[in-house]
Amino acid sequence: MSETLLQVENLAKRFEGIVATDHIMLNVAAGELHAIIGPNGAGKTTLIAQLGGQLTPDSGRIRFDGHDITALPMYRRSRLGLARSFQITSLFLDLSVLDNVALAVQAHAGHSFRFWRDARQEAELREPARAALERVGLNDRADLPASALSHGEHRQIELAMALVGSPRMLLLDEPMAGLGPEESARMVEMLRALKKELTILLVEHDMEAVFALADRITVLVYGRVIASGAPAEIRANAAVREAYLGEAEGEGAGHV
Amino acid sequence: MSTTPRNILVVALLAALVLLPVYAGLTGDRFMLTLFTRIVILALAAVSLNLILGYGGMMSFGHAAYLGIGGYAVGMLAHEGIYTGFVQWPVALAASALFALVIGALSLRTRGVYFIMITLAFAQMAYYGIAGLARYGGDDGLTIYKRSQFFAPIDLSNKVQFYYLCLALLYGSIYLVWRLVNSRFGMVIQGSRSNDLRMRAIGFPTYRYRLVCFVIAGTLCGLSGALIANHTDFVSPAMMYWTRSGDLIIMVVLGGMGSVVGPVIGAVALLVLEEALPSVITFVLHPFMGEKAAGYGEFWQIVLGPLLLLVVLFARGGIDGLLAKLRAKAVP
Repeated sequence: MSETLLQVENLAKRFEGIVATDHIMLNVAAGELHAIIGPNGAGKTTLIAQLGGQLTPDSGRIRFDGHDITALPMYRRSRLGLARSFQITSLFLDLSVLDNVALAVQAHAGHSFRFWRDARQEAELREPARAALERVGLNDRADLPASALSHGEHRQIELAMALVGSPRMLLLDEPMAGLGPEESARMVEMLRALKKELTILLVEHDMEAVFALADRITVLVYGRVIASGAPAEIRANAAVREAYLGEAEGEGAGHV
Repeated sequence: MSTTPRNILVVALLAALVLLPVYAGLTGDRFMLTLFTRIVILALAAVSLNLILGYGGMMSFGHAAYLGIGGYAVGMLAHEGIYTGFVQWPVALAASALFALVIGALSLRTRGVYFIMITLAFAQMAYYGIAGLARYGGDDGLTIYKRSQFFAPIDLSNKVQFYYLCLALLYGSIYLVWRLVNSRFGMVIQGSRSNDLRMRAIGFPTYRYRLVCFVIAGTLCGLSGALIANHTDFVSPAMMYWTRSGDLIIMVVLGGMGSVVGPVIGAVALLVLEEALPSVITFVLHPFMGEKAAGYGEFWQIVLGPLLLLVVLFARGGIDGLLAKLRAKAVP
C-alpha cells in the first residue's frame, strides 16, 4: 500500500458533554478498503459525518489527497473526489431513478446556472447516468420513480450516484443496513469489484461482510480507536474481542 | 404533448382566455373583461410563486410583498411625474429583484416554519414601511392618474389591449418557468426541494441556486405588481398585506403545484368562485328563504373554506392533479 489518501489527526467532537469522537487518528492508504467497526454509539456515524463535511469537528485535522479539508463544506469535498453514501437511504424519492443518478452526474459537470436547455435531453448527463445504473444492475428500472423501488435497490442507486463522479474515495455508511441476506451478498460482490478501482472507507455492522472485504480495520469504542490493523490482527486482538466482538460474533468472523 | 383529457382541458382553458375579450365584446359585458384582467395578473403572480413553492419547496409567506413593490414603483414614479413605462417597469422589476435578493439571502439560511415566518416578517415590514410613506398616501394608498406610457400603438388605457398585454406576459412567464424547471438549474432546484442535504453531499452549493430562483420568482411577481397598478389605477398597502400572500398560496395549492399551468387553473378557480359563490348561495337559498336569501351571499367563504379543505385532503396535486387522474382512469 502506497501513499496515504485520507489522514485524520486528533479529531475531536463532543455533544453537550458526551465525547462522540475522542482524538481519533486514522490513515487510509490509497487503494485500500478500510473498515470501521464498533458497537452502537461508538461514534462511527459521527466520524463519517465529519469526514463528509456534514459536521464540523471541535478540533483536529482532516487531510485528503494533500488538501486540508477540515473546514471545507460538503460540496467542495465531493468535488475533490470524496464521495459519501448515507446510512439512511437518502435519495430524491419523487424523481425518477435516472434523474437521481443524472443529478449526481450534473454535480460534476461544472456549474448548473444553465437555464434553458432541457436537462433530461442532454446526452452528456443521461448517458453516464445510464452507464452507472447498468454497472449496479438497475438499468431496467431507470424510468420508475425512486420511491417505487425496494430498499435494496435504493442502496444500489446510492452506489450508482457515488460512482458517477469518478470519486477517488468512497465513504460508505452501513451500506448493508436493512438488506436481506441475498441483497447483502450482492452488495458485497459489488464492493469487491469497486475496491479494485477506488479507496473505500466502510462503516459496517455486518461482521461477515467486513472481514470478507477489508484490507484494514479500525475499531472504535466510545469515540476512541482501540485497535487498527489487518483483519487477522483485529481478530486476534484481545482488547477487541473483549470490548466488542463477543464470543459468538468473534467465532462467526473466524470462519471467514 | 399527448391528447389526454387533462391536456385538452388545459389547452381549452388557455384558448378560452385568449378568446375572452371577443366574448366580452359581443355580449357587452365589460365587467367580465375587468374581472379576467385581474385574474390573469394574479395568475402571473401565482405562476411566479409556484416556481419557488411548487418546484423549489420554498414556502414563502411573503410573496405579495412584490406585488406591492412592483405596484408602488409604478405609482411613486407616476406621482413624481415619470410616466414612461420604459422607466417604471424596469424600476419595478429591479426593486422587486433587490428586495428578493436581500430577504432571500437571509431567509434561505433557515428551513421549514422558520422560513415561513421570516418571509412573512419581511413582507409585513415592507407593508408597514410603505404604509408609513405619507408623501405617497400612507395607509390610504395612492391614485395613479395616468397609466404607464409606451410607444405609439400601445395604449394601456385600452381595456382589450391591456388584457392582451397581461395575457401575453402570463403566457410568456409560463413558458419561461417551464424552460427553467426543466433545465439543469431547474433540476438543482427540484433536487433541493426533494432532499437538500443530499444535494449538498453530491456537490451542489444549493444555497446560491435557491437564492437565484427566489430572485427570479420575486422579479416576476414584481411585474405582476406593475400590472395591477395599471389595472386598478391605484396602489395601496393592502395589496401586499399577508392575507394576499395567503391568497397566492391558495391559488398555487388549489391549482396544483406539480405543473406550470396549475397556478393559472388555481387563480381562475379561486377568483371565479369568489365572484360566483355569493350569487350561487343566494340562488340555492332563495326557494327556502325568499328575499332574505340575498343577505347570506356574503357568507361565501363558509363554502369556499371546506372546498379548499377537500382539495388539500383528497387531491394532492390540486385541480390539475385531479385532471391528470382522469386520464389514468380513462386509459387503463
